[in-house]
Amino acid sequence: MAGLKLENVTKTFGDHDAVSNVSMNVANGEFVAVLGPSGCGKTTLLRLVAGFEQLNAGQIIVGGEVMSAPGQSVPPELRRVGIVFQNYALWPHMTVAENVGYSLKVAKVDRATREKRVADALALVDLQGYGDRRPANLSGGQRQRVALARCLVSAPSLVLFDEPLANLDVHLRAAMEDEFAAFHKRTGTTIIYITHDQAEAMALADRIAVMDRGRLIQFATPRELYEEPATEMVASFIAQGMVVPCEVLSNETNGRCRVRVLGQEAEFRCRKGQGVTADAKVCIRSADISAGGDGPIGVIVRRSVYKGGGSRIEAVAKADESVDLHFELADPHRLEEGATARISIGSGWVIPAEGAA
Amino acid sequence: MPLTGARKYQGSDGALIAGVAIIVAMLSIVPMFRLAFEIVMPQGSLSAAPTIAALSGSATWTATLHSLQVGIGGTLLAVVLGTAVALLVSLTDVRGRGPFVLFYVVPLLIAPQVTALAWLQLFGPASPFLKLIGMAPPLGTRNPLYSTGGIIALLGVQYAPLVFLMVRAGLRKLPRELVEAGLSSGAGRWTVVGTIILPLMTPSIIGATALAFVSCVGNFGIPAFLGIPAGYLVLPTLIYQRLASGGPAVLSEVAVLSMLIGLIAMAGILAQDFAARRRDYRITSASLTAAPFTLGKWRPLAELLMWLVVIVVLVLPILGLLLTSLVAAYGVPLTMKTVTLANYEFVLFEHAAARRAFFNSFGLSLAAAAFAVVIAVPLAYLITWRKRWWTRFLNLSAELPYALPGVVLAIASLLLFLKPLPVIGLHIYNTIWIILYAYLARFLVLALRPTISGLHQIDRSLEEAAQVAGAGLYRRLRTIVFPLVAPATLAGGVLIFMTAFSELTVSALLWASGSETIGVVIFSFEQGGDSNYAAAVSTLTVLVTFVLMLFTNLFARHLPSGVLPWRD
Repeated sequence: MAGLKLENVTKTFGDHDAVSNVSMNVANGEFVAVLGPSGCGKTTLLRLVAGFEQLNAGQIIVGGEVMSAPGQSVPPELRRVGIVFQNYALWPHMTVAENVGYSLKVAKVDRATREKRVADALALVDLQGYGDRRPANLSGGQRQRVALARCLVSAPSLVLFDEPLANLDVHLRAAMEDEFAAFHKRTGTTIIYITHDQAEAMALADRIAVMDRGRLIQFATPRELYEEPATEMVASFIAQGMVVPCEVLSNETNGRCRVRVLGQEAEFRCRKGQGVTADAKVCIRSADISAGGDGPIGVIVRRSVYKGGGSRIEAVAKADESVDLHFELADPHRLEEGATARISIGSGWVIPAEGAA
Repeated sequence: MPLTGARKYQGSDGALIAGVAIIVAMLSIVPMFRLAFEIVMPQGSLSAAPTIAALSGSATWTATLHSLQVGIGGTLLAVVLGTAVALLVSLTDVRGRGPFVLFYVVPLLIAPQVTALAWLQLFGPASPFLKLIGMAPPLGTRNPLYSTGGIIALLGVQYAPLVFLMVRAGLRKLPRELVEAGLSSGAGRWTVVGTIILPLMTPSIIGATALAFVSCVGNFGIPAFLGIPAGYLVLPTLIYQRLASGGPAVLSEVAVLSMLIGLIAMAGILAQDFAARRRDYRITSASLTAAPFTLGKWRPLAELLMWLVVIVVLVLPILGLLLTSLVAAYGVPLTMKTVTLANYEFVLFEHAAARRAFFNSFGLSLAAAAFAVVIAVPLAYLITWRKRWWTRFLNLSAELPYALPGVVLAIASLLLFLKPLPVIGLHIYNTIWIILYAYLARFLVLALRPTISGLHQIDRSLEEAAQVAGAGLYRRLRTIVFPLVAPATLAGGVLIFMTAFSELTVSALLWASGSETIGVVIFSFEQGGDSNYAAAVSTLTVLVTFVLMLFTNLFARHLPSGVLPWRD
């Protein structure tokens, strides 16, 4: 087992920066999710760590050993990194036991030890007795577990998951999420988990690295990402936060400052050292908005979607129709399309100015 | 700061790339350069004399004209026949499609000289078949196939299946919505075929036309059997005659002739490349193929016609061949009294050259197939999974010796090995090894193509999974890549064996006493007037082809579709 350190990792394809200046320090035994929309460079990052791609600048260090540097690279087969592929990548011409035992055979582990370790690995993923089956005769969940067993049998220093749940149906996903959490707990392996599904990342990871257009935007715990997004992109990507322009009226004290947003003055959370500015943005969660009564902000309802027990209201601010807002409205209250309403914003997070992070 | 392992990695990768590149270069680029060199600098010194000599002779231009004549005629016939059959089989509800395709494609797998011989036996005045049905013309009558029309007809029959296969593959990818949209717009079936289906098939048809053209102008067996007796020479047969009478002294001159035929064929290849570029092979059509048109009361008639085609293009000629092989001597009618196996006995046990030829051809085909299978896997691996700017070039190089007429490769091989190779002093001229060299070069691509299409269907992550498991390049090729593509590659190997087993074009120019091939023996027997022996040898090769086809069918379900041409 080992930690992973990325130092200013950059990878270009032609004149396109797939990964740009990414630095990250993953502790030994940590479960890190790399999250981002498709095309953000997360898969390239995984392939760089695995050694399938060569980087243009920076360094990748696994367990204190430099694995990639410009012009030099330890080949994937010597990195002792495990990968769980999106499509499992089980070899159809081998049995389950042969699949799992392949890396041991490559490493010339003697037969008795090999059989024992394969049996142990299969037991760990609850597949005792499946050794003689062919991958084709297994269910999706079972194949996923064979892939896990194959990956952990050689005790890799680091395990990479490449969107492992993308091909599974919703019910199996939940079950496999539990499986992965249990796998991490049992083995204590350092895990890098690539996904575009933020709920998956939030549920599993110790920390999440949010990527966008090749850059690492924020690397923090799930709670911090939700409560204190570093940029507008993170704010809107995580749990559909609303980004609304505001004025900061006072300097930060005790992590809070006064702001004016859509005409309402309130005290919001903010980063240490936040100064007065007329041009800032706040991140508001739908739970922060209370509707009904006579709040200070007038809105026009654009759409009302019934969710069972309540509705999700999508609206724009009267004062500035370019500002989209959405919030939940519990039954029996209702707002029809085109109606006006008044709301108040109870809390929010002042997004730090770009570069201030 | 040096990283441990990084160097070893580049080492084994580099060795593979270099090894494969050297082999492809040796088999394709070196002989082609040698040929080009001979044309610019004949016998090693700059001179235009052989070029002028070759191009000023009236025989050259007559043969060129003839080549174009039979090339275009044969191509037109093949395209019309092949396309019509493909439309009938693909678009209508005729029954018995599988067996029909199996039989219809067989002429493609039978060596052209065997086809030629079979048809000659069928129509000649000595034909045991015509005698059986009492329709034989009097002895001494000229066989009608010894003519331009005969050559064109046989080329058309030989290569119509080639067109059929390509058009059928195109028709299979035709999304049914396009046909249904046409029908629901009120167009009748014939209108839909004419205005929607055929226009959509033009890329396939153009590609098939070019391929048929290259095959027709490069064909040696059919014009050799039908044209030489009539004094009608095409470029490949002209080259053969020049070389047979002039020996190595005329090599510079025939090199120019082979370049001429190469250029004619190249025009076809470029047209095909142009057509192929518009097609995306990776489309795995999500749509179903169009529902077949119901023929109604015409169906039995269409089916009758279909099987009539099989009888005419396959059954009758093979029957003619078989009957000729069973009579004791030329012109003897076949009765219960005259039927004999003596011809088989003679060619298998008594005639030394024929016996050697079976042995030689078997060994050559087996070696060529085995070599191609071994090389095709790493080569296809580089071309598909290690794409670089130069891998496309590697692929083209491997295609070249097969795409160009066999005569071109044969002349290039002669030039290359006429003198012992410098430095290593390798001397293989006039031995069986020069034939082996040419076979390796010519047939490699037959195993390469199915391997490439096989790899395209396999997820690359299967290899990457082995890589992260610690397996080095050679181990991955052996334990992961090869087992996964083996069925496709081996099917390619079988195809090579069949093609090489009765090959004539290349070996006719390269053989020497002791290194006869089956193709050469059939040719010699026929030229010497021993049609019965030629027929016996031919029947045996057809038998071998059939048995191999049926045998390969046994593992056909493990193959990507399209690898076995005769499987529908």
